[in-house]
Amino acid sequence: MTSTVARTRPESRSVAGGRRRVRRNGTATPYLFLLPYGVLFLGFMALPAIYGIWISLHDYDYLLPHQPWVGLKNYTDLFKSGTRDSADFWNSMQATGIFTLFSVPFLVVLPLGVALLLNRAFPGRTMFRALFFTPYVLGVAVVGVLFRFLLDPNIGVVNAYLHDVGVNRNIPWITQLPWAWISLVSMTVWWTLGVNAIIYLAGLQDISSELYEAADVDGANTWDKFRNVTLPGLRPVMLFVITLTILASANMFGQAYLVTNGAPANETRTAIMEIGQVGLRQYRQGAAAAMSYILAIVLILISLINFRLLSNRGDT
Amino acid sequence: MSAVTSTGTRPVGNSGARAVRRTGFWILIVILSVLFVAPLLWMLVTSFKTPNQATNPNGSWIPNPFDTSSYRTLLKSGSTPVLRWFVNSLAAGLANTVLIVVVDSMAAYALSRMEFFGRRIIFGTVVGTIFLPGFMFLVPNFLIVSKLGWLDSLWAIIVPSAGGAFGVFFLRQFFSTLPRELEEAAIIDGANHWVVFTRVVLPLSRPALATLAVLSFLTNWNDFLWPVFVLFSANNLTLPAGLSTLQSAATTNYPLIMAGAVIASVPAIILFVIAQRQVIEGISRSGLKG
Repeated sequence: MTSTVARTRPESRSVAGGRRRVRRNGTATPYLFLLPYGVLFLGFMALPAIYGIWISLHDYDYLLPHQPWVGLKNYTDLFKSGTRDSADFWNSMQATGIFTLFSVPFLVVLPLGVALLLNRAFPGRTMFRALFFTPYVLGVAVVGVLFRFLLDPNIGVVNAYLHDVGVNRNIPWITQLPWAWISLVSMTVWWTLGVNAIIYLAGLQDISSELYEAADVDGANTWDKFRNVTLPGLRPVMLFVITLTILASANMFGQAYLVTNGAPANETRTAIMEIGQVGLRQYRQGAAAAMSYILAIVLILISLINFRLLSNRGDT
Repeated sequence: MSAVTSTGTRPVGNSGARAVRRTGFWILIVILSVLFVAPLLWMLVTSFKTPNQATNPNGSWIPNPFDTSSYRTLLKSGSTPVLRWFVNSLAAGLANTVLIVVVDSMAAYALSRMEFFGRRIIFGTVVGTIFLPGFMFLVPNFLIVSKLGWLDSLWAIIVPSAGGAFGVFFLRQFFSTLPRELEEAAIIDGANHWVVFTRVVLPLSRPALATLAVLSFLTNWNDFLWPVFVLFSANNLTLPAGLSTLQSAATTNYPLIMAGAVIASVPAIILFVIAQRQVIEGISRSGLKG
C-alpha cells in the first residue's frame, strides 16, 4: 500500500533531483546506509537460518571430537520409536499442542469481550485499557514467579480463597493434571489478554459507524449488530489475532519452565523446553535443530490451514 | 436506542433497562480490574512481609510488621546479586535499544528513499524473516554466539536481537508517510543523504523512533528464553534469568522472590506509564507479541 506511494513519487520528480542525487552521493551511498543493519541481519538472521539446517544434518554432539555428517538421521530418528529423543520429543510436542488447543480459544474470545467493553465511551477508559495491558509489560519471568506463589498448593492465596468459599481440599495447581494445564492456560490468559484486546480494539474502531447507524435504522438489536456488523468487520483482525496467538502459544516456554517445571512427569514440558534442554544444556545441537525445524513446519502448516479456513468462510 | 428513549413515552421502563445495563457494565469492569490488579498488589504486599507472615495464605493485605529485610537481603546477597542483575538488564536494554534504533533507521531510510540495485529483493528478504518463529534461531545463534566468545556475556543480550526485521519494517512504513518536500528542498540546497537523514527525516520521525525505542527496550528487558540459556554465572545474569535462579535458590521464601519480581517490574511499569500511548499504539498496529 505505502510502497506504491514510495515508488511512484520519486519517478515523477527524479528527472531533476534524482540524477543530481546519484551524482553527488555515488552509488555506494544506499549500501553504506544498509551496511550496519546488513551485518547484523546476515550474522544473526540469514546465517543462523542456513547454519541451522547444516547443524541438523550433522551429529553435532558437543562430546564428539568431530561433528560427522549424518544426513537426515536426526530427523528420521525422531520418527522412530525407541531412539534417544523420539519419545521425549513427541511428548513435548503433545504438551505444546494441548496448551495451544486450550489457550487459543480463550485468548481469541475473552479479549474480544474486553475490547467490546472498552469500545464504549466511559470515564476512565484509557486507564482501564492500560490496566488490562499491564501484565504483559511485566514479562514472563515476573508473571511466572508470581503465579508459582499464588498457586502454591499449601501457602498460595488462590487455594486460601477457595477454602473460604467452601472448597475443602488443597487443589494441586502445579503438580497434577488437569490442574497444571488449567494453571498454565489461566496465567497465560491473564498475562496476554491485553495484547489481543488492544488489537481487537483498534479493529473495532476501524469499523465505520455508518454501518451501525444503518443497522439502527433497520431496527437491529445489539446482538444483530454484533453478528452482522461487528463480526464481519473484524474478520481480518480476528484472523490476525488467531494466527498470532497460535504462534505465541506454540512458543510457550517461560510459564512451564517457572511454574510447573514440566511436572507432573514431564507432561507439561513443552517443545521449546525440550529443544533448549537437548540443544543448549546437553549440547546435542543436531537433534535439537532437527526438532526446531519439525516444529516450524508443523506451525507453518497450521497457519496455512487456518488462513485458508478463515479467509474462505465468507465466500462459501 | 437513543431514538427510542428520547421519545419519553415509557421513561420508567427504558431508563430502568438502561440503568441495569450500565450497572452490569460497571460490575464487569470492576471485576476485571480486581482480577488484574489483585495479583500485582499481592506481589507488592508479600515483598514487605516476613517469611513467616507469607506462609499464612489467609494473611493480611497489609504487611504487619512492615518488613524491608527481603530487599536488604537481595541487595547484599552474593549468590543472588539483584543489584548487579538490575544494572546488567539496564545496560543491555539501553545498548540494545540504541543499536536497534540507529541501524534500523539507517536501513529504513535507504529502503524508503533511495533507488538502488536489489532494493526490492533486500526489503522482501528482510521482511520475510518477521514471520519466522524465533525458536528456529535458538540453536544456531547459540553456536554463533559461542564462536564469537559471547556466551555468558552481555554482548549476547545486546547484539543478536538487533538483527530482527521488525524495526526496519516499522520505520520504513513510517518514513514512507513523511512528506518529501522538505527533503527535496534540502537536496536542492546542496545537502547530501546523510544530512537529509539526520537533520530532516530523523527529527520528523521522533514519534516512530520513540515507539520503536520503548518496544525494543521492553522486549529486551523482559526477554527470558535466550538469557536463560546463554548466561550462566551469577554476576552476568539479567533480571528475568536471575529471577529464575532466585526462585530455585529461595524455594519457599516468597517475600524474597516477590521482592525480586517487584524490582524487575518497577522500571517496566514506569516506562509503560510514561510511554503508554507509544506502547499500546505500537503493539495494536503491529501486533508484536511474544
